[in-house]
Amino acid sequence: MSARPAPRRGRSRTFTIARTDLRQLAQSPDFWAPMVVLALLFFVVVPAFLLIVLVRLPEEGVAASVSTALDLLPQQAQTRVLGATPVDRTSYALAVYLFAPIAVIVPMTISTAIGANCLVGEREKGTGEWLAQTPATEREIYLGKLIASLLPGYLTTLVGFGLYSLLVNIVVGPRVGGWFFPTRDWWVLMLLVVPPFLALTLSVVLRLSGRVRSAAAAQQASGLVTLPLIMLSYAQSSGALFGTRSALAFAALAWLGATWGLVRGQRAVQRSRLLGVD
Amino acid sequence: MALPAPTAHVEHARRSFRDVVALADLNLQVAAGEVTVLLGPNGAGKTTALRLLTGALAAESGEVRVFGLDPVSDGDEVRRRTGVVSAKPALYDRLTGWDNLRYAAELWDLGPSAPIEEAAARFGIASALSDRVGGYSTGMKTRLALARAVLHEPDLLLLDEPTSGLDPESSLAVLAMVDELAEAGTAVVMSTHLLLEAEGLADHVVLLEGGRDVLSGPPDALVHQLFPVPEVLLDATDPLALRRVLEGADGLRPDGVGSVHAGRGGLLVALDRPDRVPGLVAQLVGAGVDLTRVEPHRPTLEEVYLAVRRSDGWQPGDRLAEVHR
Repeated sequence: MSARPAPRRGRSRTFTIARTDLRQLAQSPDFWAPMVVLALLFFVVVPAFLLIVLVRLPEEGVAASVSTALDLLPQQAQTRVLGATPVDRTSYALAVYLFAPIAVIVPMTISTAIGANCLVGEREKGTGEWLAQTPATEREIYLGKLIASLLPGYLTTLVGFGLYSLLVNIVVGPRVGGWFFPTRDWWVLMLLVVPPFLALTLSVVLRLSGRVRSAAAAQQASGLVTLPLIMLSYAQSSGALFGTRSALAFAALAWLGATWGLVRGQRAVQRSRLLGVD
Repeated sequence: MALPAPTAHVEHARRSFRDVVALADLNLQVAAGEVTVLLGPNGAGKTTALRLLTGALAAESGEVRVFGLDPVSDGDEVRRRTGVVSAKPALYDRLTGWDNLRYAAELWDLGPSAPIEEAAARFGIASALSDRVGGYSTGMKTRLALARAVLHEPDLLLLDEPTSGLDPESSLAVLAMVDELAEAGTAVVMSTHLLLEAEGLADHVVLLEGGRDVLSGPPDALVHQLFPVPEVLLDATDPLALRRVLEGADGLRPDGVGSVHAGRGGLLVALDRPDRVPGLVAQLVGAGVDLTRVEPHRPTLEEVYLAVRRSDGWQPGDRLAEVHR
């Protein structure tokens, strides 16, 4: 037998696993095409349609009626709404407090869909049998799967909110004194709160994926995990729960929780489970 | 001179899954440069035995050593020197053949100079490397899985029913490759329930039944152990007359003849010594039997297998008695 290279530890196998999973994902338009449509709907099509219709409405009548809904926002959020007229204020509120929080669903959905399938999918396809018998450690497999699940969701967050920002600033910006989105709370949310949320969610979803018998069961169970987190992000974005300062503390706590979840989540990968015998 | 240490060594290994005992008591020795064939019906424990060797599963009790290491605690090192082809090819269908091999090369740390094209060429799939594996035939998938398993030149190659679902031509090609690898010094462990493919390929056979190794050894030794009495296959233009003479119906049983039973293409006649054949033929001809076939019979592995499988609570002594009753 020929001389073998010395054993190598660390990140390289992790990235190999993540890269291979992402490559497979890229080769699966039946998986990512609906996700792209979903992202376009939530980030672009629906907000564009409603905002364009709203800013074209006359100030009296429907617009005035819709603007009364602003009274339902938390007091703290109401004081931050910009605009001189009911239509301006309503457009601003919809852009900041309604559409954007709903759009957080998209990256969560994408990441959990990938994460839910990543371990049980290996088992269902039979490739888990092979993966379990490679030199990759359980930790490397876990981290590789985590990265492969996290990246598409977070990338969607950045690209989606980039497009969304462009849209709302072009449509609503001129009516409220210029570019306004992302607001300070949204910067905090996207850069500091969404990542640990995603990581925490995925740590639970991967554990589910490692335990359940089918990808369908993993999808069902992961839906239950994401729901409270979506509600939490909605509350944060609307200012109902936290201000920007406390959001930083909240983000730190979320990272702590995510770290704990990720460390515990490593137990999701066991060779016997990849084989499908436990 | 001391014997070289076995590549793999399993002693009294047991493994169960909840209430199901997959391996009750497995003993196994695997030597370098040999093909060890695990034979047994479905559920005998063949796949579990292979999984113990890579450390993918841990034995509940007993001892498993591969390259002198514990595959559970030293699994990284064991798996680095082991190649596996599972019952399903376990390939990534959405990736190309090249991507599948590249993935393995990276997990085995082979670096950018990994012999991907060479491995693919060795198994005759080089021209399909850029195609998606989902479009491969079963035979091509098995060849790719074999290429992936030997990419890192393993010292131990584990094959779980590698010819399952293949046409005869592809099966023969795969078995020839296995033989070639063993000749190059690789220790090969192959599980199968196809006896014909084990015949001629196996250097060592382990027959599994209910999670136990009920019989183990080189094929010739097993045949001799179970069929120690020489047999000859006879046929005649009048088979009934032949049988009558052999069984001494006319009062004269030929010298040295033991049991007589139907075989493929004639009657199998047990003799007390191999050199009885010329005398027996002379006696039969003298009795007016028109012989059309006289052929020494070497029991096949299939006969060994079936002989053991057809008896419950088998013990070596019992088997000999039963087989020749």
